[in-house]
Amino acid sequence: MVDFTLWEILRNLLLALRWTVALSLVAFIGGAVVGLALLVARLARLPGAERFVGAYVQLFQGTPLLMQLFFLFFGLSGLGLSLSNWSAAAIALTLYSSAFFTEIWRGCVNAVPKGQWEASSALALGLGEQLRHVIGPQALRVAVPPTVGFAVQVIKGTALASVIGFSELTKTGSTIANATFRPFTVFACVALLYFALCFPVSLWARSLERKLHGHR
Amino acid sequence: MAIAESLAPAASAGIVQITGLRKRFGTNEVLKGIDLTVQRGEVIAIIGKSGSGKSTLLRCVNGLEEFQEGALAVDGQPLLHGNAAAMRALRQRVGMIFQGFNLFPHLSVGRNVMLAPTLVKKRGLPDCSEQARRLLARVGLAEKFDAQPDQLSGGQQQRVAIARALAMEPAVLLCDEITSALDPELVGEVLRVVESLADEGMTLLMVTHEMNFARKVADRVVFMHAGRIHEVGPPERVFGAPETAELKQFLSALH
Repeated sequence: MVDFTLWEILRNLLLALRWTVALSLVAFIGGAVVGLALLVARLARLPGAERFVGAYVQLFQGTPLLMQLFFLFFGLSGLGLSLSNWSAAAIALTLYSSAFFTEIWRGCVNAVPKGQWEASSALALGLGEQLRHVIGPQALRVAVPPTVGFAVQVIKGTALASVIGFSELTKTGSTIANATFRPFTVFACVALLYFALCFPVSLWARSLERKLHGHR
Repeated sequence: MAIAESLAPAASAGIVQITGLRKRFGTNEVLKGIDLTVQRGEVIAIIGKSGSGKSTLLRCVNGLEEFQEGALAVDGQPLLHGNAAAMRALRQRVGMIFQGFNLFPHLSVGRNVMLAPTLVKKRGLPDCSEQARRLLARVGLAEKFDAQPDQLSGGQQQRVAIARALAMEPAVLLCDEITSALDPELVGEVLRVVESLADEGMTLLMVTHEMNFARKVADRVVFMHAGRIHEVGPPERVFGAPETAELKQFLSALH
């Protein structure tokens, strides 16, 4: 048994928190980029895009994130393609969040009245111009609250990366708990740190929601 | 009003040329072979019962609806579905005004008018802003340049929509029941603007329920019935001496 003071526990957890934040950011940004690309492919009616994106969404929403992590980390290394636990976690979380983002945003685009598409088409705007200047700004209003809300899910989802040995907050927490035999204290600290990360984000989501609905 | 002069097509007779147009929604054929030629500067009123295909025909002219058979050209530019460049070229020649106005709610009135010219025609902002002010003045809304669309009445919104369509300097203007969503007291202000456009030689295709307006402004009235052009003629004849039983019935049902 190692004797850690509370400060030492917290200090180690805070260092690990950096990885949780980094993984969350990568998953959020990567997921947003991929999700947006899938959405545009769908809106542009690229051949086969509708079916591909539909299957993609079903696959990543319909299987547990944990299993996706196992597959990318253990499954692929069994096939001779070994990813580091960092890249496996980043890729799995990116795929997972992109599937949700593309669906969330499709709903937001669908919420823009059809007349907006027709009016901008009639004015000879191309798809890119319509999305950027007419549909996008209107969809964005509706999209911000659920997007920020899902960011909280992503942050909590990074905890699963601990099972493939990635030393983020949860993994570090269990390592320290094993070393100190003080699981209650350690995991209470872990939970508090997650809360400190997620609570401001959901507060922000709620205030955005109020602000955007107030404007209409 | 500057109307885009066509450079190329000496061959085509009319500014809008529709031949043998057929349109199906699934198995339901809503346009069953439409032939219509519209001359430059002509004002066409399209009347008929709901479901007769009149709005669908109008929406085919700028490609908002795809049709399965036939051909359509505006100002010599053929309508080619799936060809983005051809659609863009055609839509620059055709303006459209909708029943529900469809102003862009997140943009000011001035920006609504300026958006398409800056993007599609790549004109400079000062140029577009000057044009927008001129067009808004023309529809009687000079002071609304910086207003938001939701601050305007329906009639004002529809007049902004007209200015927005004119900003692209179209050769043809399509009006799809543009006064149907308006309170009765606001109909007049919109129709007066349309009438002034007609007087200045704009080619107009309008689907309308305003029979008095059609009678007064239209050069030709097209009566549609069951997906076909059932009767065409000058307003005096269509309204004064209808030939077919369907048109007689349609007109008598209005009173």
